[in-house]
Amino acid sequence: MTRESLSGWGRTQPSVAEVVEPADRAEVSASIAGAGPRGVLARGLGRSYGDAAQNAGGLVVRLRAAAGEVVLDAERSEATVPAGLSIDELLRVIVPQGFFVPVTAGTRFVTIGGAIASDIHGKNHHADGSFGNHVTSIDLLLADGSVATIGPHDNPSLFWATTGGMGLTGIVLSATIRLIPIETSRMSVDTDRLPDLDSLLAAMTEGDDRYRYSVAWVDLLARGKNLGRSVLTRGDHAALAQLSSRDGAFTYDPRHLVSVPSFAPPSGVLSLPAVAAFNELWYRKTPRHREHELQSIATFFHPLDGVGSWNRLYGARGMVQYQFVVPMDRDDVLRRAVHLLSAGRVACFLAIIKRFGPGNPAPLSFPIPGWTLTLDVSSAASGLPELFSELDSLVLDAGGRHYFAKDAHIGPDAVRRGYPRLAEWRATRDAVDPQGKWQSDLARRVGLLGEGD
Amino acid sequence: MQNAFGNPQQVLLLGGTSDIGLAIVHAFDRSALRRVVLACREVAKGEAKAQELRSDSLQVDVVEFHAEAVASTQAAIDAIADSVGDIDVAIVAFAQLGDSTVTTTDAAAAAALAVVDFGAAVAATVAVGNRMRAQGHGSIVVLSSVAGERVRMANPVYGGAKAGLDGFAQGYGDAIAADGVHVMIVRPGFVHSQMTTGKDAAPFATTPDAVAKIVVAGLRSRRRMVWAPKILRPVFSALRHVPGPLWRRLPLS
Repeated sequence: MTRESLSGWGRTQPSVAEVVEPADRAEVSASIAGAGPRGVLARGLGRSYGDAAQNAGGLVVRLRAAAGEVVLDAERSEATVPAGLSIDELLRVIVPQGFFVPVTAGTRFVTIGGAIASDIHGKNHHADGSFGNHVTSIDLLLADGSVATIGPHDNPSLFWATTGGMGLTGIVLSATIRLIPIETSRMSVDTDRLPDLDSLLAAMTEGDDRYRYSVAWVDLLARGKNLGRSVLTRGDHAALAQLSSRDGAFTYDPRHLVSVPSFAPPSGVLSLPAVAAFNELWYRKTPRHREHELQSIATFFHPLDGVGSWNRLYGARGMVQYQFVVPMDRDDVLRRAVHLLSAGRVACFLAIIKRFGPGNPAPLSFPIPGWTLTLDVSSAASGLPELFSELDSLVLDAGGRHYFAKDAHIGPDAVRRGYPRLAEWRATRDAVDPQGKWQSDLARRVGLLGEGD
Repeated sequence: MQNAFGNPQQVLLLGGTSDIGLAIVHAFDRSALRRVVLACREVAKGEAKAQELRSDSLQVDVVEFHAEAVASTQAAIDAIADSVGDIDVAIVAFAQLGDSTVTTTDAAAAAALAVVDFGAAVAATVAVGNRMRAQGHGSIVVLSSVAGERVRMANPVYGGAKAGLDGFAQGYGDAIAADGVHVMIVRPGFVHSQMTTGKDAAPFATTPDAVAKIVVAGLRSRRRMVWAPKILRPVFSALRHVPGPLWRRLPLS
């Protein structure tokens, strides 16, 4: 056991906890017995942006797993995967066998346990829903030390409370997930350059359903008639017939191209002019319309993963990510948000718009049918807290909500308003953890476990 | 917990009627702040200050606290933390200026002032630090003073105590950082407040609200040391090297 300072990918709110790295299931079970009053939390690769994978003053169980533990059932297109395995490691096993994960985030460095706890979504949300929709079974370590096998038809209330439950119902030990059969490891991608927000929303509304994957990058620094100009990329897994030769149909071997060194300037390098110049270049280099371009999985799904520790680009003070969703008919809020962010001259290097499909039964799952906007920004940006609280009001008034895996600033009020089924989730959670064994910094900050009400 | 912008939810103000301390509490983002404890000698006075802070979403408690009773400081802090829960930010704000004509001639009075301004502040910082170390997070704001940067003949006991507190807080902050506790030293210049009422203002005099703004910004960027106003840093960097014979002749000494 070591005492470690832990933070999220945004590196903004470090806290110190005792950390254990169990070698197997038995050690995981044994480790939670020694937890003190500040409880236990499982942690994977620490890619949530805020404090979701931290447990200040308590115990943190860091889960890692070996790829050899994956059990692939090719006939049923299912895999049983240890919770500590990353999507990257899983892809290295299943892509050569002709399968793809049902959902991947914008980074492949998230664990299966984390994917379930955050109920992650990806570019295929409008077509396939979020990660939890594809989980058929979970082995969950409960507070009393027993292991429950749960699924959508087996203790569904606990299954859906665990899906999106931010690790606060127990420790996911392993899960069985449905995979997507693929003919090749290439993606067939269509790209459109949209001159403004209206044309983007129209294009997504009209055409997203023809693609399994769709996402738009938006230039939040563009103003005036260019406000909301975007690059929309949509695609599907390429069919074998689309490849010129069968060779390498199932290659998957992405590498780090480069890493940001730890001595990157403490003030960060993503200044407003630098980001503005990048955005201009990115937009201009994109063709107005391009069809059936073949891309690798890594290029299409995980473009940033090629740069190791890219969060360091934001300097010592770190970055915050803001992601909200508003119902489909409240695209006015999306427009207003883009306008505010553009007018605020906030150097957003990454801003993403996605049109969500239906949500799932999980009370704390983030996606609802509607529009989601995600942005990364240096936490040192001036005026940012004020800008965020203005956005918060817009989002919550419209019946929208924030994404726990990304959030680093909201309080209990935003959760009560954004997640009306919080009490139902708490009741399920409390029944399996009456003593409050599972805790986290996020839970304390936003009052998930009931404090501060 | 503090959010990504360093805004706390639960705050303990030691020296609950301190103008600077209260200004800092008022400067925190009210949408994040949920609970404040004012620990002070005069509960009635603290209650009046609490009334100015309270709202539907902000609970403010007043607790009687005698800083100079250092033997019971830990027990007092423990009692507060046990009832409140995590303390995200604690502000060590109590201090007395003392009457220099007395404290430079009366040994007992000199020691008593040194106990409040140094010994008791050290005790409070350590007591809070122990709680924060156990909770794995938190920030302690220690109100030092430029008076400790180069001690003036006008008030050597106060200045000497602040010099000691400042030095302690630097070393203690480094020692406790690995436990997740952030110590931030604040070095204000002359601040128009209850403490300085009737005194002639020094150059670069400032207000509690201006100091508070600097403190809130410092917490957001997890600074170890802030000056208020900022100009005092280069000013004192120069004053520190002024030769003694000249320093003693300067009107501000």
